[in-house]
Amino acid sequence: MPTASQGIESQASNGSGLDTFTSVTCPFCGLHCDDLEVRNSSGADAGHLTIARNGCERAARGFERRPPPSSPQIGGRDTDLATALATAARLIGGARLPLYGGLGTDVEGVRAIMALADRSGGVVDHHLSAAIQRNMGVLQTQGWIMSTLTETRNRADLVIVVASDLMTLHPRFFERIVAPAEAMFGGVPSDRTVVLVGDCGHADAITRTGVKHVVEIPSANDDIPVVLGVLRSMLKGTQLPARDDQRVPFNELADLALRCKRAEYGVFVWAPQALAFRDGDLAVQIVTDIVRDINKTTRFAGLSLGGNDGAASAASVCSWQSGYPLRVSFASGAPDYDPYRYDIRRMLEAGEGDLLVWTASFDPEAAPPATGLPLIALATPGMRFSREPDVLIPVGTPGLDHSGRLVRCDSVVSLPLRQLRPSRLASVTEIANAIAASL
Amino acid sequence: MLIRLKGGRIYDPANGVDGVVRDILIHDGRIAADDPTARIDAEYDISGRVVMAGAIDPHTHIGGGKMTIGRMMLPEDHRGQERARTDLTRSGTGFAVPSTLAAGYRYAEMGYTACFEPAMLPANARQAHMEMGDTPMVDKGAFAMLGSDDFLLRQLAAKEDFNAVKDYIAWTMHAAQAIAVKVVNPGGISAFKFNQRKLDLDESHVHYGVTPRQILRTLSQGLVELGVTHPLHVHGCNLGVPGNFATTLDTIRAMDGLPIHLTHIQFHSYGTEGDMKFSSAAAPISELVNAHKNVSIDVGQILFGQTCTASGDSMRQYGNTKSANPKKWVVMDIECDAGCGVVPMKYKDKSFVNALQWAIGLEIFLLVDDPWRVFLTTDHPNGAPFTTYPHLIRLLMDKGFRRDMLQKIHPDAQKASIVGSLDREYSLYEIAIMTRAGPARSLGLKDRGHLAPGANADVTVYRDNEDREAMFTTPEYVFKNGELIVRDGRIVKVVQGATHVARPEYDAGIEKSLADYFTRYHTVSLSNFKVSDEEIIRHDRGSIVVQPTGARV
Repeated sequence: MPTASQGIESQASNGSGLDTFTSVTCPFCGLHCDDLEVRNSSGADAGHLTIARNGCERAARGFERRPPPSSPQIGGRDTDLATALATAARLIGGARLPLYGGLGTDVEGVRAIMALADRSGGVVDHHLSAAIQRNMGVLQTQGWIMSTLTETRNRADLVIVVASDLMTLHPRFFERIVAPAEAMFGGVPSDRTVVLVGDCGHADAITRTGVKHVVEIPSANDDIPVVLGVLRSMLKGTQLPARDDQRVPFNELADLALRCKRAEYGVFVWAPQALAFRDGDLAVQIVTDIVRDINKTTRFAGLSLGGNDGAASAASVCSWQSGYPLRVSFASGAPDYDPYRYDIRRMLEAGEGDLLVWTASFDPEAAPPATGLPLIALATPGMRFSREPDVLIPVGTPGLDHSGRLVRCDSVVSLPLRQLRPSRLASVTEIANAIAASL
Repeated sequence: MLIRLKGGRIYDPANGVDGVVRDILIHDGRIAADDPTARIDAEYDISGRVVMAGAIDPHTHIGGGKMTIGRMMLPEDHRGQERARTDLTRSGTGFAVPSTLAAGYRYAEMGYTACFEPAMLPANARQAHMEMGDTPMVDKGAFAMLGSDDFLLRQLAAKEDFNAVKDYIAWTMHAAQAIAVKVVNPGGISAFKFNQRKLDLDESHVHYGVTPRQILRTLSQGLVELGVTHPLHVHGCNLGVPGNFATTLDTIRAMDGLPIHLTHIQFHSYGTEGDMKFSSAAAPISELVNAHKNVSIDVGQILFGQTCTASGDSMRQYGNTKSANPKKWVVMDIECDAGCGVVPMKYKDKSFVNALQWAIGLEIFLLVDDPWRVFLTTDHPNGAPFTTYPHLIRLLMDKGFRRDMLQKIHPDAQKASIVGSLDREYSLYEIAIMTRAGPARSLGLKDRGHLAPGANADVTVYRDNEDREAMFTTPEYVFKNGELIVRDGRIVKVVQGATHVARPEYDAGIEKSLADYFTRYHTVSLSNFKVSDEEIIRHDRGSIVVQPTGARV
């Protein structure tokens, strides 16, 4: 009879002086692949992690980075943690409208920052909220029909990527979801057709992942909504205007429309972060319109990737705790949602708010925007700032330096994260809770 | 710490106590035997007050992805429904799909001390527990959804050994940290992914060749043999479809005495008579429920106003999208595990269909004899938000009020319903059964839902009031584990409830086939799929109560 197979797997030592961890969750993109094998070095190099199996370039950049030595700082000068925490608490306690930005952290970290923002009457926003908002606007006006990674992996017979360079943003999507060794339904996965609409990076990179059939339908980014609109019309059988619009590849679209009609379970895939062009949200809307249309007779679904840098965790936790996805203000004492007004980047440019509290525990490149406001940074070591933060508290990376959980891009599955190395760095949760306790 | 609640009128049906005036002693969080000589630390004079165990909601969608989809999709549900932070409590929002924090506070303010999420997808279990972890004040637990997951359907299609099926059921309960198992549109969520739009009790799943009847019998038998207390929790075929009562009757008969709990049965009790081809079948349904002691139900009462339906039943929810109000909705196919459909709904008393749905729910409440087998729910938020419970209690306890309300609904629905001719009024004792003792017994919560010595001191004290809606809206005192948490409807202490689970035995050998399945088809590894105790205890700042299961046979 089973007993303790429930616990988070403890680290296994393989006797060679290396600690090897299997089924490691990667926190460095929203796919959160959890098949990585990661080694912690021993001796002088202890704490340096290397990926032994699976992973990708993004994962390697994240896991194998050597964070420089770090210390809490006030105004660029080293100090002890207690002093840094007290100073941060004083700044937050004195602020009328603190802005909690970045939010690159795990579920527990978001919870702690939410509690602090609620308490201090602040605004919460993730640095990738603009991408989230491209989806949210559509969800809040008409909803959608969506799939998830495992469902798509086993069922999709047609995958249409919309204007997203997935090899850069989510490098293992094709290898793991589109062309795995096996699928439950619908034949050999590598026989699936992938259609790339618009700029989706290099097709050869995709074929190297094992996908055999890639069809490219070129389009400039700004024309994507028009191109998708024509596809929708073709599928609905609406009379099209004269075929003289140079922006629109009519023949290729007619071919795609035929593929859509023949598919048993087609999936439109996009990474909202990639749709940073004019009317990018309209592209999401038309794609979900097409999916709804097709479902009247056969099955089809959307699959939004994204969720990098903890964005899906931030949006989910903020939604269940406050009722609203990100860009929420607690200034009135209760949650107020306005995705335009509470865009922290906009607020900084407009001179709103009087303190920036920036959280970035995964990516040293996710630095705060330049601001004249006092700045508290809870940051992974090695971040370069445009000016020294008033208070800098180095934090560990979830899934490397401490345990935690992250919500995957499909907002359905969440994955556990483990501590892979001894670390002196506190978690965002610990820091935010300590600040809240001394407010 | 010893507390005396002095002179209250006690309604404790689990112990046969019907309105007896006596003291209740609370010693260190538990009910203690009365001892007139004991040195009391705190005494509450509650003479004339009505005392019950803390209320238990056995079917309320409080945690999990579909609720968060609803929250994200419906900012208009939250505006004007803000709850400001206080020195004690966090802020929150929401009416039909409240934020987790607001839901926990409101439940406690209404005298509820335990809530059970009935539709936890194993693939989404971690998030469901995280959301329940952020639902303060109340104990919680969740039912793992099975029956449209490809692993089970493959087992059934391959006619695998029944012991392996039982091992898988038990393994899932452990992995998802569940207290019970629910089946939703048996096989139908999966069939919808293959473009089947309907799956009746004896129709075959187009890919697996398995029928809902087979799935229901397998899961129910499996739970019995695993010793799980709560019977299979069944959201049947054809939810919301006129004429579905015949399937519901067939489902009861199909069980041949195997235990089942038919949830939100109101949505499954529709006939096709009359000009509108929509009629009440509450009478035949109630008659068959009365005759089958192996069947328990909850009603899923609808009440008028704006709400949002959220279900694992992607097939039927897709069918219901034409009634979406406002006109937006989400349907999802999920992880070869299940699905979901989130469809906002506005029930109107001037709509014939909605008015009759309201009447059908009340008819079932009033026609089912045994309150131990019917639980008071609105299937929050599907029929109405849980905050409408006091109104519903008044409808059941006060026939004059019920008739007044009946006068307001669509006249044809009034005529089509027998509600006006039903004189039954629920007693306080029966309300205590439906909202405490019954759910606790059914779920196997051994020390909740009653007030005998040794029970957890979850106690609700009401001022007696003929207006039962007012009475049940604002209890005077609510104690959780012996601590006063609510006074006069206001929170005085914030606590974190426990998570209740059940852990039937299984042969760990099942992990061999599961590991193979996960490796070949899944996107999450087997070890990471499982929600650990550590996550609930440390990350969610919670605790786990393992409720007893019987011996496996």
